[in-house]
Amino acid sequence: MSQSLRPYLDCVRSSLTAAICLENFSSQVVERHNRPEVEAQTSPELLLNPLTISRNENEKVLIEPSINSIRISIKIKQADEIEHLLVHKFTRFLTGRAEAFMILRRKPVKDYDISFLITNFHTEQMLKHKLVDFIIQFMEEVDKEISEMKLFLNARARFVAEAFLTTV
Amino acid sequence: MSHQVHSLGHVPISDHSFSADRSQLALARDISVEIYDTGSKYNLKTTLSGHDKTVTSVDIAPHSGRIVTCSQDRNALVWEPSPDGTYKPTLVLLRINRAATYARWSPDEKKFAVGSGARAIAVCYFEEENDWWVSKHIKKPLRSTVLSVSWHPNSVLLAAGSTDSHARVFSTFIKGVDARPEPTIWGDRVPFQTLCGDFVSPAGGWVHDAAFSPSGNALALVTHDSSITIVYPSGPEQPPAAVVNVSTTLLPFKSLVWLSENEIIAAGHDCHPVIFTGSDQSGWVLDHSVDDPNEAKKNATSREYTALNMFRQMDLKGTPQASADDASLPTIHQNTITKLRPYAVSGGRVNSVSSTGVDGRVVIFDV
Repeated sequence: MSQSLRPYLDCVRSSLTAAICLENFSSQVVERHNRPEVEAQTSPELLLNPLTISRNENEKVLIEPSINSIRISIKIKQADEIEHLLVHKFTRFLTGRAEAFMILRRKPVKDYDISFLITNFHTEQMLKHKLVDFIIQFMEEVDKEISEMKLFLNARARFVAEAFLTTV
Repeated sequence: MSHQVHSLGHVPISDHSFSADRSQLALARDISVEIYDTGSKYNLKTTLSGHDKTVTSVDIAPHSGRIVTCSQDRNALVWEPSPDGTYKPTLVLLRINRAATYARWSPDEKKFAVGSGARAIAVCYFEEENDWWVSKHIKKPLRSTVLSVSWHPNSVLLAAGSTDSHARVFSTFIKGVDARPEPTIWGDRVPFQTLCGDFVSPAGGWVHDAAFSPSGNALALVTHDSSITIVYPSGPEQPPAAVVNVSTTLLPFKSLVWLSENEIIAAGHDCHPVIFTGSDQSGWVLDHSVDDPNEAKKNATSREYTALNMFRQMDLKGTPQASADDASLPTIHQNTITKLRPYAVSGGRVNSVSSTGVDGRVVIFDV
């Protein structure tokens, strides 16, 4: 792990631990509804201040807490065109299967690549520290995944180019 | 110090209440209320089902044995016990159009208060001539959902914590139901809906719980900024004599109980209770925590691992330590503690409290 990644992830971890303090809260705007307040955005007093943690201009995390839900949006590192393309394809692959991921949001928040929505029902079913672990692990793995895919893509491109040119 | 632990399934418990003789326990979980017979082991006796959304609160009146429940379906029910062990529900005319969040009997059991998401508190009393429970609303300065209500020992004053980050003290004096109360430090003449106090914590934050001290001359509130605030009023229409705020590095508290005039126990998202001590002169401090996770961790790590075990773990999991203890928290409660209640009182001091949590456990802590 690089020198600046550790404090970045530590910061995200402690912020998430503090932000995931959720309770069952029924809507005070719509009768008999119980919905994530961070998505509804109808009562400003039920939302807490959003928090951005950034490692550099390309990598940042947005945490938007509320009384019964929290939204976490991640901007994955994209250094060049290829990485941009890979990240797009990768997140599309995940969000297309959002039902199976429970906490994954179908559409990322604007300016971010992938968003998670954790509600009080998730923290009731799952252990909170494991949820935090999952997000941190996802952030760790995704960079690795993308750079591996990029290497693989370059290797294949080189191989294809060589094969194409030698047959002449 | 030993703590009694009862694991009763994995469904979150939003509130609990013991009967006066502690032979019965009512749990609010999901859309029903479960009544348990308490012995060495808790056995499910009956399930009260009448609500069709999450039951948010349950309270057993200590003398009459009546149970009041309220739910996110906007209703409150009073369950009258009959001699054959069944309960007869009566719907309360709450007249609110949002979720009911919190219900508590007044100490004299003539009234109960229901907090709601409709920015109102319904104070309910029994109307003999019509044979039903009717309510009067406290609406005025409330700007958001009421998260908790708590009665003053004189059964007239009511403290309410709300998501607009204010804790307020109201009068619920109802002519014909209450006798004229003795003047208190909160006010001399208190018609219905008089605002006797309005407090915020210095950093703001939703007030999860507010409670009067045993004498009724102080008010404590726990807020989402992880702090506890204790207010000592000086007299009606006067600024309070002392406001003590103790901020902690713990996660926010959800519930609090006064053990005596100088001790408060609070618990919440950190899954273990902590005890605060102090007074208005000396100030308040965080004294110690009950079921301390750091203590538990220390004991766990001091266990010796054999070399064989270590290598086996390295081989299996890639870490030298057994990861079994990683899947659970070092505290008794495995998830947020939702409610604390006094369990046993001796010599004017609460010496054990019961707690319930999102993890479906009921724990009785000796404190």
